[in-house]
Amino acid sequence: MDIKVLGNCCGNCDTTIALIEQIAKAKGVAVTTQKVTDVRDILSYGVMSTPGVVIDGKVVHTGGVPGHDKIEQWLSA
Amino acid sequence: MTELTASLLRQRSLRLPRQYPRVFLLVLALAWWVLYAALMPASEALVAALPVQRASRLGGAVQFFLYDAPNVLLLLTAVVFVMGMVNSYFTPERTRALLAGRTEGAANVMAASLGVVTPFCSCSAVPLFVGFLQAGVPLGVTFSFLISAPMVNEVALALLFGMFGWRIALLYMGLGLTIAVAAGWVIGRLRMERYLEDWVREMPRVQAIPGGAKLTLPERIDAGWDSVREIVGKVWPYIMVGIALGGAIHGWVPEDFMASIMGKAAWWSVPLAVLIGVPMYSNAAGVIPIVQALLAKGAALGTVLAFMMSVIALSLPEMIILRKVLKLRLIVTFTAVVAAGILIVGYVFNAVL
Repeated sequence: MDIKVLGNCCGNCDTTIALIEQIAKAKGVAVTTQKVTDVRDILSYGVMSTPGVVIDGKVVHTGGVPGHDKIEQWLSA
Repeated sequence: MTELTASLLRQRSLRLPRQYPRVFLLVLALAWWVLYAALMPASEALVAALPVQRASRLGGAVQFFLYDAPNVLLLLTAVVFVMGMVNSYFTPERTRALLAGRTEGAANVMAASLGVVTPFCSCSAVPLFVGFLQAGVPLGVTFSFLISAPMVNEVALALLFGMFGWRIALLYMGLGLTIAVAAGWVIGRLRMERYLEDWVREMPRVQAIPGGAKLTLPERIDAGWDSVREIVGKVWPYIMVGIALGGAIHGWVPEDFMASIMGKAAWWSVPLAVLIGVPMYSNAAGVIPIVQALLAKGAALGTVLAFMMSVIALSLPEMIILRKVLKLRLIVTFTAVVAAGILIVGYVFNAVL
C-alpha cells in the first residue's frame, strides 16, 4: 500500500506517520509511507486542513491525527 | 486477571456512549458539575492542611496554584470537549463553501464568526489560505477568517472564563471578532491582491464542495474526546508553568507594583505592550495565567488585553509561514492593520473602565 501523509507542520504529521507504520507493522501489512510537505502538492489533492492521508492516490482523511480504529480499517481494506 | 477486568470495563464504558449517546452526555455533564462544585472547598482544605501560613507569601502562591490549576484544567477540558463536538459540524471545506463567491461586508462578519467554530491549526494556515482564495473567497474575507481563527479560540476563551469570569471572556470574544471583521474589511478595501505571491495567483480556480460525510452523535462524541486528547494533552504543561509563574507573582510581587508600568496613567503602556507582544509567540495557555496575576498587581485591563491579543494573534513564526504566500508588503500591512486594531481596543478599554 502506498500511503502519503500531507502536511508541513508541528508534529501531528510525524505522529500520523509513526502511528500508521506502527499499526501496519503490528498487522503485518506492507506499506510505503511518504511525507508530502509542499503546499502546492498538498493543495493538488484538494486538501486544506492537515494532516491529510492519501492511500493509493485517494484522500481518506483530513484535518487531524487519525484514530487507531480508522487506520486499522484502512489497512484491512 | 486485572487485564481482563480492565478490558471488560473498557467495553462496558464504551457501550453507553454508543447506544445511548444522549444519556451518556447527561451523565458526563453531571459528573463534571459535581467535580467542579467540590473543587473550591477541596483546595481550601488542602491549603489549610499544608504547613504554611495562608497569609504568608508562600501560602498565597500555593493557594493560587492549587485552586487555579484544577479549576482551569476542568473548565478547559469541558470547553474543548464541547468545541470538539461543535467543530465536527464545521469542517474547513464546509466553511469555504459557505464563504465562496460572497462579496465583502457581511461576508467578513460571517468569516470571522466561522473562524471561531471551524477547527484550525496554525500549520494548516497556508493551505487553508490558498484553498480559500482558489475557491473564490475574497482576500479580505479570507483574512477575517485567518485573524479570528487563532485569536478567538476555545483555549483562550476557557482560560479567560476560568480566571476572569464570563464577562471578560465574552468581551474578549466580541473584541476579537470586531478586530477580525474590521481588519479583513480594510485589507479588502486596499485591493492588495497583487501582493500575493505569483504562484498563489496562478493556482487554478476550484469549485468549493462542502464534502464530508454526515456524522452520528456517537461519532461527534468521539470527536470531542479526540480534541480533548489532542489539545488538553498538548497545552496542560504550559498552563501549569503559567499558573506557577502567576502564583509566584501573586505571592512575591508587591501590590500595585505594575500600576506604574502597566497602569492607566502611563499613555505609552498600550503601544509598548503591543510592541512586545507582536513578535512573541506563546499560546493562550501560557500567557493568560501570567496576565491574570499582572492584573491583580495593578496593571490596567486595556493594556493587559492588548498584550494578550498581540501575543496570541500575531507572531514572528506566523509571519515567516505567511511569507510563502504573501509578499512582504502585504505581511506588513496585515500586521499593521491588526496591531492598530488591538491598540484601539487597549486605549478604549483604559478610557472606559
